[in-house]
Amino acid sequence: MSRPPHHLPPHPALSPSGGEGILLDVRGVTKRFGGLVANNDISFQVGAGELVGVIGPNGAGKSTLFDLLTGFQTADAGEVLLDGHPIARLRPDQISRLGVARTFQKLKPFTQMTALENVMVGAFQKTTDPARARREALEALERVGLADKAQAHARVLSTGQRKRLEMARALATQPRLLLMDEVTGGVDLRSIPGLVALVRELNAGGMALVVIEHNMGVIMDISRRIVALHLGEVIADGPPATVGRDARVVEAYLGQAYVG
Amino acid sequence: MSLEVILQGLVSGLLMGFVYALIAAGLSLIFGLMEIVNFAHGEFLMLAMFATFWAWALAKLDPLASLPITVGLLFLLGFAVYHGLIRWILGAPMLAQIFATFGLAIFLRAAAQALWGVDFKLVKNPLVDGRLAVGGLFIGLPQLAASAGALAAFGFLYWFITRTETGLALQATAQDRQAASLMGIDTQRMFALGWGIGAACVGAAGALLAMFFYIFPDVGATFALLAYVTVALGGFGNVPATLAAGVIVGIVEVLAGLLIAPAFKYAVVFALYLVVVLWRPQGLFGRF
Amino acid sequence: MPRGLRWAGAAIALALLIAFPLVITKPFPRHVMITIFLYAMLAQAWNLLAGYCGQISLGHAVFFGTGAYTSTLLLKHLGVTPWGGMLAGVVLAVLLSQCIGYPVFRLRGHYFAIATIAVGEIIGTLMINWDWAGGARGLFVPIKRPDSWLNFQFHESKQNYYYIALALLVLALWITLRVERSRLGYYLRAIREDQDAAASLGIPVAAYKQRAMALSAGLTALGGAFYAQYILFIDPESVFPTALSILICLVAVLGGVGTLWGPLVGAAIMIPLGEWTRISFGGSGKAVDLLVYGALIMVVSVVQPGGIMALARRGRRRTG
Repeated sequence: MSRPPHHLPPHPALSPSGGEGILLDVRGVTKRFGGLVANNDISFQVGAGELVGVIGPNGAGKSTLFDLLTGFQTADAGEVLLDGHPIARLRPDQISRLGVARTFQKLKPFTQMTALENVMVGAFQKTTDPARARREALEALERVGLADKAQAHARVLSTGQRKRLEMARALATQPRLLLMDEVTGGVDLRSIPGLVALVRELNAGGMALVVIEHNMGVIMDISRRIVALHLGEVIADGPPATVGRDARVVEAYLGQAYVG
Repeated sequence: MSLEVILQGLVSGLLMGFVYALIAAGLSLIFGLMEIVNFAHGEFLMLAMFATFWAWALAKLDPLASLPITVGLLFLLGFAVYHGLIRWILGAPMLAQIFATFGLAIFLRAAAQALWGVDFKLVKNPLVDGRLAVGGLFIGLPQLAASAGALAAFGFLYWFITRTETGLALQATAQDRQAASLMGIDTQRMFALGWGIGAACVGAAGALLAMFFYIFPDVGATFALLAYVTVALGGFGNVPATLAAGVIVGIVEVLAGLLIAPAFKYAVVFALYLVVVLWRPQGLFGRF
Repeated sequence: MPRGLRWAGAAIALALLIAFPLVITKPFPRHVMITIFLYAMLAQAWNLLAGYCGQISLGHAVFFGTGAYTSTLLLKHLGVTPWGGMLAGVVLAVLLSQCIGYPVFRLRGHYFAIATIAVGEIIGTLMINWDWAGGARGLFVPIKRPDSWLNFQFHESKQNYYYIALALLVLALWITLRVERSRLGYYLRAIREDQDAAASLGIPVAAYKQRAMALSAGLTALGGAFYAQYILFIDPESVFPTALSILICLVAVLGGVGTLWGPLVGAAIMIPLGEWTRISFGGSGKAVDLLVYGALIMVVSVVQPGGIMALARRGRRRTG
């Protein structure tokens, strides 16, 4: 099951161990909504092929950060560099075409279209030929385990299936970096291991991922590094074991029960 | 173009502005509650004007005397439209919502035409008639009365939604439907009430306008467009703001007519709408 | 129904339609058919923007009027053949649509719909007051005799108009079919479903809306130019009013927005219905047909917003 995505050309920076290059460089990003500071001077980096988890209580500014990184909001200060190129002022579609894909916390399937058609929309970023897009889409659906639902209308899919659909759709754009806003939220317990395995597999194939997740067991397990946010600021940035023991993080979010 | 003419125009615009505000208030209330634009709002107005006319023609009732009846009738109409039509499209895609009320508008207009013909009708010799001379300016008494009535009705509406329990329940439903229902507010009842009140506002405006305006099946169309512009300017859902917005629309209409050309007065108002929503999409004071 | 059978059915229908004027020679039935084709084509053009792309324009008549006036004015003042005028009308309509779209597409939902009404009214007012272009009195298309294809005028019979209208309809259907199957079609539908998700997948949303708008406006202008040469008289009241914009929408909504055959089905029902009520109810016929339209649209909106095509699909699924 674990094989690298064959349509991504091998890249020296993309290796399971993380490689050399810094793919995403977030520098001092700040966003205010009126009097509320949603993101305050946030800085961190994502190396090529790294899986970085983002944790923090509700209202910590995680989704706002994603919106800033993907062009849905404009930062008031700071810079975001993708492979050295500034992307903070770009539109979402421009950022997508540079190789950054995302899923949404509140899922956004194209409800009037079938699962296959949904993913084809993603696949069309790399080709204009409908037949080719269909093939790529079917492959993406297979990777996420939804191939048998290809002809089903998106609106009849369960939450877990919709999450997979959104992943397949994002994957069809052949991204270098995938931002996932919640992997397990709203998914039934039985389906969680499958989703987690999928995320691991993608990372094993060399894709860089930044994952927002509330399920501590999951995120501590799969991440190489964790960035913890609280009230719009980064309060910890390091390997899961370290972050898990960080006093500030414990106080803000984890609770004593999780330490160690 | 003397100062006098401009002042005259400003006064006229101000007076009409209050009437526009009243019409727009109903529209804004409905949208604030359930995010549906009533594209039949102009036809509600037209029906109110016809009701006033027939009360005068058949029962010799002055518009001011029949106003309570007209308001009551329109309230019932709003209620009926909610239960008969709107209730079924609350969760529907926007296309369905737009065309449901559009279909109603076409239906009502055609019904009026079929029943009463296309000829212009007018209430003659209303109780309030004549002109008032203030300084060098002439103010038509019917227009003044209509304006005062509109302002009063608007004030009453404002008092109702901010000071009465039902009114506050309406506001709560508009702001957060789920929370409101969790607190025991019957949202269905609120929606129906919203439509009733929205229609009643238009009912009052129609009765007032009938004192001096020609009445015919298509009369609602232009008023409706001006109402949309007013609501958009004030911000969809923001009822108090429609007062200021109505006045702005009224004044712009008159000034455009004076300074550019009478034929273009509405065009200028629509252009104003475009400028405002592009520069400030949520309207001058809006939340959405 | 398997694909092959569906296309065979369409081919037979087309053959019947081609044979129609050879069998039915009275002008009135031909006129009804021409009107059906014209409205079906206009509705199809609107459908591209509103049905497939989800941008509900309520002021589409401006493009119809642009087509009609451009070809007529060019013929009147420069003697340009209406075919050339038609093309010029398409170009102008497309340019106009891009100018309108640029600001207006930034709006969403109801604001957008109302903005399109506002634009329609502004342009309508301008046309009424533009005396060089005929103003409120309108323009008579210069009569050219004898009948000729070059002059796009046929006075002896409606037969050639019939075929031209049919050809335009087939063109509109063919374009829609091509769009439906291409990347453009998928992108437009994605924009309709969820603009933000579409953008996150790399779709430049504004640019694609403009593309849909251009296609829609151009096709509509073709219809306008045809209308001018068919009726031989145009005025703002007949080619620019909001009422026409609404009628075009109604045809598409009744038949089924976002579908290939919906507009044709809608026109095939609404136009004869309108004519029938006009005949049956004499003078006030105008109001009665609108009464029926209004009621129909209310019912469709409540019961099945997907229109008749959606009803048919549901029925098929239940039995199939």
